[in-house]
Amino acid sequence: MADAVFLALSVITIGSAIAALELRSLIYGSIALMGTLGGIAGFFLLLDSPFVAMFQLAVYVGSIAVLILFTVMLVKRELIFKKVEDKRRKFVGIALMLVFMVALGSVIMDSGIKTITTDEPAVDFRNIGADFLTYYWPALILMALILAGSVTGALILARREDVENEQRTD
Amino acid sequence: MSNELIDFVLVSVALLGIGIYGLSVKRNAIRMLFAVEIIINAANLNLVAFGRFLPHSGGQTLALFSIAIAAAEVAVGLSLIIVAYRMYQNIDIADFRSLKG
Repeated sequence: MADAVFLALSVITIGSAIAALELRSLIYGSIALMGTLGGIAGFFLLLDSPFVAMFQLAVYVGSIAVLILFTVMLVKRELIFKKVEDKRRKFVGIALMLVFMVALGSVIMDSGIKTITTDEPAVDFRNIGADFLTYYWPALILMALILAGSVTGALILARREDVENEQRTD
Repeated sequence: MSNELIDFVLVSVALLGIGIYGLSVKRNAIRMLFAVEIIINAANLNLVAFGRFLPHSGGQTLALFSIAIAAAEVAVGLSLIIVAYRMYQNIDIADFRSLKG
C-alpha cells in the first residue's frame, strides 16, 4: 500500500501536469511544468535513486524549465494568453485520455506486476558510475556528441540573419 | 519499502494519458512541447521504478541517458518554435502548415 508521501507527490505531479496544459497563461503553465518535473524527482528519491533525482533536478528543473520560460518570454504578449481550441476536439481528447487510461490501467492491473515486490537493497550509485565508464562508454561518447551537435544546431537555427545584413550595409 | 511497483506504474499511466490529451487537443506549439515533456517523464519514471524493483542498475542508467537526450530535444524544439514564430508571428501550429522558407 502506498504511503502518505507517495500520495502527496502523485497529487502534486498529476495536478501540476494538468495545470501546465490548462492554465490560461503560458508563464504559469511553465511554472506548473516545473512542479511536475520536481514531483518526478521526488518519485526518484522514493525509489532510492538519489543520483537520478539530482540529475533530474539539475537538468529538467534547472535548465529545461528555465529555457522554456525564456522562450515564452520572447513570444508576443497576446499570444501567451491566447487559447484557441475547438470544444468538440477537447471532448474527443478527454474521451481519448480516459479510454487510454482505463484500458492500459486494466491491462496493468490484470498483469503480474501486482505481485512484484522486493526486499533487496537498492542499486548503489557507484555501480551506475562503473556501468557508464565500462559497458556504456560508447553510448556516453555518442550522447555527448549528440548534445553538442544539437545545441550547435539550435544556435544556428535561431540565429537572425537580417541583423547581420543590416550591419553589412552600414 | 511500503510503495509497490504498481503504484508507480499507475502514476506513469496517468501522466501518459495527460500527455496524449495535450498532444491531441492543444494547438499552441509550446504547450505541445509541455505534453511531450510530460510523456518523457512518465517513461523515465517507469524505467527507474522497474530498475528499483528488479533490481538492476540498467534502469537508472537508461533514465540518465533519456534525460540527457530530452535536454537536446527541447533545445532543438524551442529553436524551431522561435524560427517558426519569426516567420509567421504566431505559435499556433495550424499556421505552420507550409514550412517552406
